[in-house]
Amino acid sequence: MSALVLRDVRKIYGNGVEALKGISLDVQAGEFFALLGPNGAGKSTSIGIISSLVNKTAGSVEIFGHDLDRDRVAAKRRVGVVPQEFNFNQFEKVFDILVTQAGFYGIPAIKARQRAEFYLRKLGLWEKRESQSRMLSGGMKRRLMIARALVHDPDLLILDEPTAGVDIELRRSMWDFLTELNQQGKTIILTTHYLEEAESLCRRIAIIDRGRIVENTDMKSLLEKLHIETFVLDLAAPLDVAPQIEGLVLRLRDQRTLEVEVPKTRALNDLFAALASQGISVLSMRNKSNRLEELFLRLVERNLDTGGAA
Amino acid sequence: MSMHYQWVAFQTIVVKEIRRFVRIWPQTLLPPAITMTLYFVIFGNLIGSRIGDMGGFDYMQFIVPGLVMMSVIQNSYGNVVSSFYSTKFQRSIEEMLVSPMSSTTILLGYVAGGVARGICVGLIVTLLSLFFTELQVQHVLVTILVVVLTAVLFSIGGFINAMFANKFDDVAIIPTFVLTPLTYLGGVFYSIDLLPEFWRTVSLFNPVVYMVNTFRYGLLGVSDVDVLGSLAAIILFTGGLFAVALWMLNRGVGIRQ
Repeated sequence: MSALVLRDVRKIYGNGVEALKGISLDVQAGEFFALLGPNGAGKSTSIGIISSLVNKTAGSVEIFGHDLDRDRVAAKRRVGVVPQEFNFNQFEKVFDILVTQAGFYGIPAIKARQRAEFYLRKLGLWEKRESQSRMLSGGMKRRLMIARALVHDPDLLILDEPTAGVDIELRRSMWDFLTELNQQGKTIILTTHYLEEAESLCRRIAIIDRGRIVENTDMKSLLEKLHIETFVLDLAAPLDVAPQIEGLVLRLRDQRTLEVEVPKTRALNDLFAALASQGISVLSMRNKSNRLEELFLRLVERNLDTGGAA
Repeated sequence: MSMHYQWVAFQTIVVKEIRRFVRIWPQTLLPPAITMTLYFVIFGNLIGSRIGDMGGFDYMQFIVPGLVMMSVIQNSYGNVVSSFYSTKFQRSIEEMLVSPMSSTTILLGYVAGGVARGICVGLIVTLLSLFFTELQVQHVLVTILVVVLTAVLFSIGGFINAMFANKFDDVAIIPTFVLTPLTYLGGVFYSIDLLPEFWRTVSLFNPVVYMVNTFRYGLLGVSDVDVLGSLAAIILFTGGLFAVALWMLNRGVGIRQ
């Protein structure tokens, strides 16, 4: 069953900017889906339309089979949204924010309080329940927004840059939590600038650029499209000139750091054998960038070259 | 969403709104109590004793209904305009917009919150007035009806103002330049029968005149205007404004891009 179906969704803002040029998307129930794109690509507009914060100009949105225009109430009950920017009342207490949000979804007060306690404990905010939300740290505020989005037990959770500005430890624990939610059956759609995040969490991915979907596939197939990977090698001894190896592009970043572009069809053993034959020892090796990042940049650049006509 | 769910959502907004104005009582409940006490002391006691009778009652008794009504108008309007604009400003309005609550539920919830504060302040002012004069309610039903209707009307007005508002200045413009003059010229401090014919006719275009006088009729049994006609006009005007506010909310005017 489809958790979310977008059909030819368009959005033209009042100032004439066409943010979405007819995007279509199908996210299956239970998926962990990434929606990626550069700034201004249309990610937040798409999420705004799905969560009823932005009026679409044309097209249709279905959530678990419920049309957002014709069956608005049933559709909205199935969605929880974690927006990019903090959007809660800064002066309300943490506990009250959750109970109130549950009430907006028609959950009676007693049950709302139970759920608020459950999610505040789950996200490590229970000790802060009596604090005004403005007193929380950035990471806590982000966790509060996740707890708030879950309090009515939605089947589809949409997170817009959930780990922006969050430290590494907390980011990892949020990844674990989201994975756990997904394993429990919740469909999750994520936008993120951390492509490592998308690669490690999501099984499917769509890339949006300048209002169009330029790629929509599973993560494995997408990564297979990456033909060349760039590695950074730390050398044991300094070099003045980059070595020459047939079929590979090598360049020196500095005397002790070598960058090598390796086609996926070429074994890394060849590289090391060639370097060893020239008396060059390698101390360590790493990817220049995340694989998905490399692919993402290539796709977006390609779309730029074609004037967004993909 | 069934009616039961909408009812729970409505209650949630009302509780949230009441909690808000009670939490910040030094800004919401205390100022009208102090201001109205000063009115009672200065206009009622000090100046009023030199004025003598007004409309067949001593001046203090005459101004109490008007001052109570003035408090209800200002506070019901002020509660909704500041609370709803604050949700826009902090973007916490999105909590409601993403939920399955209907526009009617949102509007009714905020209006009920405004009515709650209007009536709460009205009661405080009424209780304070008892330190200065005696009050006997002549027509209980009319009194309750006109207070509630007035609070509803101005709560809706505050809601519409908040929807249009883009900055905090926009929240203050209507209360300062429209509500205050209308209230002061609405027969709170004088009977419009004292005015020259021209200004009396002009006053009849001021809706506050009808609310103040209908409330005065409820408390004292006297009015400068036709009570039933006034009630009918208030109901009609309330219905019209409610429809406008609901239409704006459904269209997302000022709240959805």
